[in-house]
Amino acid sequence: MVETATEIAVSCVGVTKTYGEGQSQVTALRGIDLEVRQGELLMLVGPSGCGKTTLISVIAAILDHDAGEVRVFGEDLREMSSSRRTRFRGENIGFVFQQFNLIPTLTIAENVAVPLLIAGVRRSEAVRRGRALLDRVGIGDRWNTLPSKLSGGQQQRVAIARSLVHNPRLIVCDEPTSSLDHETGHKVMELMREVAAGADRALVVVTHDARIFEFADRIARMDDGRILSVTKGGPRPPDARERGTGPH
Amino acid sequence: MKFVAIKMLVGDRARYLGILMGLTFASLLITQQAAIFEGLMHRTFGFITDTGGPDIWVMDKKVLMIEDIKPLQETMLYRVRGVEGVDWAMPLYKGLLKARLENGGFQTCHVIGLDDATLVGGPGTMIEGRLEDLRRADSVILDIVGAEGKLARAATEKGGKAVPIKVGDTLELNDHRAIVVGICRTTRTFQSQPVIYTTYSRATQFAPQERKPLSFVLVKAKDGVDRLELCRKIEAATGLAAYTQKGFQDLTYSYFMKYTGIPINFGIAVLLGFIVGTAIAGQTFFNFTVDNIKYFAALKAMGARDSQLLGMILLQAMIVGAIGWGIGVGAASLFGLLLHDTELSFLLTWQLLTISGFAILVICTLSALISIRTVMRAEPAIVFKG
Repeated sequence: MVETATEIAVSCVGVTKTYGEGQSQVTALRGIDLEVRQGELLMLVGPSGCGKTTLISVIAAILDHDAGEVRVFGEDLREMSSSRRTRFRGENIGFVFQQFNLIPTLTIAENVAVPLLIAGVRRSEAVRRGRALLDRVGIGDRWNTLPSKLSGGQQQRVAIARSLVHNPRLIVCDEPTSSLDHETGHKVMELMREVAAGADRALVVVTHDARIFEFADRIARMDDGRILSVTKGGPRPPDARERGTGPH
Repeated sequence: MKFVAIKMLVGDRARYLGILMGLTFASLLITQQAAIFEGLMHRTFGFITDTGGPDIWVMDKKVLMIEDIKPLQETMLYRVRGVEGVDWAMPLYKGLLKARLENGGFQTCHVIGLDDATLVGGPGTMIEGRLEDLRRADSVILDIVGAEGKLARAATEKGGKAVPIKVGDTLELNDHRAIVVGICRTTRTFQSQPVIYTTYSRATQFAPQERKPLSFVLVKAKDGVDRLELCRKIEAATGLAAYTQKGFQDLTYSYFMKYTGIPINFGIAVLLGFIVGTAIAGQTFFNFTVDNIKYFAALKAMGARDSQLLGMILLQAMIVGAIGWGIGVGAASLFGLLLHDTELSFLLTWQLLTISGFAILVICTLSALISIRTVMRAEPAIVFKG
């Protein structure tokens, strides 16, 4: 666990986001203030529909917010043009999705290489680096396998390798363990801490899986579009069960 | 990203084959129907192509096509010969006469009368006999299709094959005896009637008595004389119409295009191929894109630019287009090859390949455009909606 982390990777001040118009309007974020420090693993927790996914989408620069300020590594996302934001994501952000989103017709090494291919790296070089990352997540021997041949835990390892291959400074993970059993989820989080966390990288993990709270440096608890509290991570908070943030 | 696009496409076998099938079908139908149409249209002026030697055809001004005979006075031949720049000019008779069959029936035949002295305008390929044999009394030369088909004698046994007319056999043409001295090969005509070659004087004897027996004057230009210029001179001097070989072919072609329903009928078939191909390929390609939308969205989230995604979809569309077109054209060519010696008219030209290629390109572009719109509108944020 990283103990000293002072530089701010992500800063959200008064962030709001509303979907729809008129009577069907839904306010997803109601003035979010949050900081994610470089080197830390921050978990966003809360019940379904509390705005976790919206917030992570805004932080990852794939969704525009309505008001407030979001800075990622000092850069104001609203000031960026659409193409600049796309480039910014490609250079600085790694993604781990709940459903892995591995392209089923590519081998796992090729899947890991995708962010590099997007960046214009030659295929052979990208795949070589992809294989090296697969070695680090412990499935290097299966580099030529299609994702469908792997278990859920192994697929999430591939997704973690993919999120790291271009050496991003921020990794956002959406429910990385919700498709996995307890033991596999635990191993995936251990791997995440082992290979993804570092002094120069921040991790934001959206989850409502209380079993993995122990891996967080800090836990931001959300409800109804607001941050209720930000507490230190570690062992599972005693009030998690009462607050409905445990597994459903 | 090209590599990712290709693997996404070919890895999804069912959809890949579905798209290919749609495009192959469209390509096959468009190419095959267009080739049959082109073959049929070439038959309309097959006789002009077969008539080797002349540079220019001279005829009545009102003639609309090769079969539209408006007889001329024989004196016109001499007037044409008098035009400066004409190397030689020969008469040609062309008419429809009835041949009496052995079973008592009649068969209408194209009778071609060639200049008695030079036999200019005779068939290009003699299978049996010689063209010069036409100088013998009552002689005619038959085309092989007519000899083996409509003019063939009835089978000697019940259910047996008809006996082809051969050299030495006799025919009855308009109550005149005609002796077959040769068998030739000609381009199949549009009407598929037997073609009978004989001399000009004998043809006019076979034909019912007419005041104006001359159908066309065949003209050879002197070396170095511009053919179009000579046409204008002949027209000015005689008041007749004069066309180059190509010009007369075009006139005939245009007539059939303009005054018959053939282009519409074939056009409908080609259009159907285009529409069905677009529907199948477009729908399957769109479904393929929709099924992969979460991957496209993930690529967007990971920093793929719109231009990269656009390039991926276009590449996928062009790959299936090229392969589908190739298979379709190949199948159409095979179809033409296998039926080469039949009644089927089939002419596959490079122009048709270009047209069918363009049609497939349009289908692929339309399919890709629908898919591109879907991908461009996809929010990368959907990747977080598990």
